Amino acid sequence: MYFGFRMLTAEMIGFCGKSGNILKSTLRLKFLKQRGTDDYSMTNAFVIETKQLTKSFNGLMAVDKLDITVESGEIFGLLGPNGAGKTTTISMLCTILKPTSGTAKVNGFDIVKEARQVRKSIGIVFQDPSIDDRLTGRENLNMHANLYGVPPGEQKDRIDRILKLVELDDRADDLMRTYSGGMRRRLELGRGLIHYPKVLFLDEPTLGLDPQTRDHIWTYIKELKKTHDITIVLTTHYMDEADRLSDRIGIMDRGKIIALDTPPKLKETLEGDVMIIKAKNLDAMAALVSEKMGLTKTRMIDGTLEITVHQGKTVMPRIMELATENKIFIDSILLREPNLEDVFLHYTGRIIRADSGRELHGFSAIQRRKIR
Amino acid sequence: MTELRGFYTLWLREVKRYFRDRTRVVSSFVQPLLWLVIFGAGFGMRFAIPGGNYMQYLFPGIIGQTLLFTSMFMGISVIWDRDFGFLKEILVAPISRFSLFLGKMIGDSTDAVIQGVIVFALGMLLGISVDPLAFLISLPIMLLITFGLVSIGLTIASFMGSLESFGAIQTFINLPIFFLSGALFPLSGPLAENVPAWLPTVSTFDPLTYGVDALRSVLLGGTYVSLQPFWVNIAVLCGFDALMIAIGTWAFARMK
Repeated sequence: MYFGFRMLTAEMIGFCGKSGNILKSTLRLKFLKQRGTDDYSMTNAFVIETKQLTKSFNGLMAVDKLDITVESGEIFGLLGPNGAGKTTTISMLCTILKPTSGTAKVNGFDIVKEARQVRKSIGIVFQDPSIDDRLTGRENLNMHANLYGVPPGEQKDRIDRILKLVELDDRADDLMRTYSGGMRRRLELGRGLIHYPKVLFLDEPTLGLDPQTRDHIWTYIKELKKTHDITIVLTTHYMDEADRLSDRIGIMDRGKIIALDTPPKLKETLEGDVMIIKAKNLDAMAALVSEKMGLTKTRMIDGTLEITVHQGKTVMPRIMELATENKIFIDSILLREPNLEDVFLHYTGRIIRADSGRELHGFSAIQRRKIR
Repeated sequence: MTELRGFYTLWLREVKRYFRDRTRVVSSFVQPLLWLVIFGAGFGMRFAIPGGNYMQYLFPGIIGQTLLFTSMFMGISVIWDRDFGFLKEILVAPISRFSLFLGKMIGDSTDAVIQGVIVFALGMLLGISVDPLAFLISLPIMLLITFGLVSIGLTIASFMGSLESFGAIQTFINLPIFFLSGALFPLSGPLAENVPAWLPTVSTFDPLTYGVDALRSVLLGGTYVSLQPFWVNIAVLCGFDALMIAIGTWAFARMK
């Protein structure tokens, strides 16, 4: 609703000039009044603000004293391995779970005391499918609009526009069981926008989708941000996804944020490139480079030796020399820019397994979709 | 207003889903048909109901049975919705759990009553005489019967983790309610002489007893000696519905 006001004012100013400005300020006043909060300046800057947000399940800390702020209009990525507490965090922000301690505000509303207001301010795309496949795409959207109190007069127009946005207008009246996985996902993305939410939560938006569809969904997410002036919070355990979409990334591990910055800055913290060496005798190689060249940031991954180095290009010939001198036969050397995986590794000493994602197949998938 | 629209949209969904599921509509014929034709014919020999035949007497009971089985079965929709993820979508909506429960419950009740109406048509095809006015009066009674029963089904399902466990519990509850309700045999009057004394006593705790009794009073007319006055039956059904709706709303409120 608030979002609606803002859109409206923006259009009106375009048409009405000065008088529009007056209108704008009155509407804005109304807008602020309805927020139900006493600190406007803060909530304007931060759409989401958590304070020592904590959730434990039977003594196990799923989310551990989380302090994050999400700015208005940004795409904020929560990156981490499965079980890091990403979904638990989002569930609390969406008022599905109550925090064990600590608090958070979403769009200026307290997630515990003003849950209903929070729910009205947000759109959610769950990790697992949440559509009714016995209804058509349009019927699903219609139901959502009714559940979120979109005025009946506006529903048709909004639904048509959303369907166009996610390019499903030609399939709108087909039963959703005939949709492909990617199409369902797109409809869910669109559905989350129908009530003009202030914040859109995307929990693993491309989990279990093929690479092409993932690419497609990314394009939509970026498009949404451009066209809808919306704040997006997404969780993912895919590095590339976080990297490509997020303005800022919070790397999460074991319930804590271990690093938080823009993707380029996160990578800069590594101070170097990553060199990947394939050789017969990797242990000896690792010992050599650390001993003779002082390169201690080494690790073994999948039968390769990875070394983080400054100015990899100049170091590479010296490493090859060193190997030849010590009769170590190198199969290949590869030099690449650091990615978020390296950043995660840097902070935790472990890697996020790319294959750790749960694929959704058959009945076990249905079982896992349960929420309790 | 938002609550009302939320309620309406959930109601509409249940009804749409029912009509789209043709196997459910078709399979609804089979069980009542078997009861009426085989059971009715077989036991017709034993009972000589004054002023009518046993089929005619059995018919309101089979309506009640259809409503009972269908209503309880509707609970499955909660488990279904949970398994397919849709439940999350409605649980996070900014709408009260009461509206949510009511929308689902009345939607399912509507489906169950439609099943009941199908059985009415079936009965007429089998030669059971139904007065049009009596049929119309039966409709709201049927709704009253289903509200409470659907609420039980939804409540149980909201606690159940899987379809299997729900199925097991359901049989456990369905059959006693059915057999105790007097749907198949008289619980009072000259024909009930051989019925042991504990049976009518226990059946006063069975909500369906009142539903079947009310349906019989309406459908059999003056020839039927009812267990309770008509208004008592209706009052008990209303009270039972209110209680079950309260419990159901509570059960939905605790769902995560």
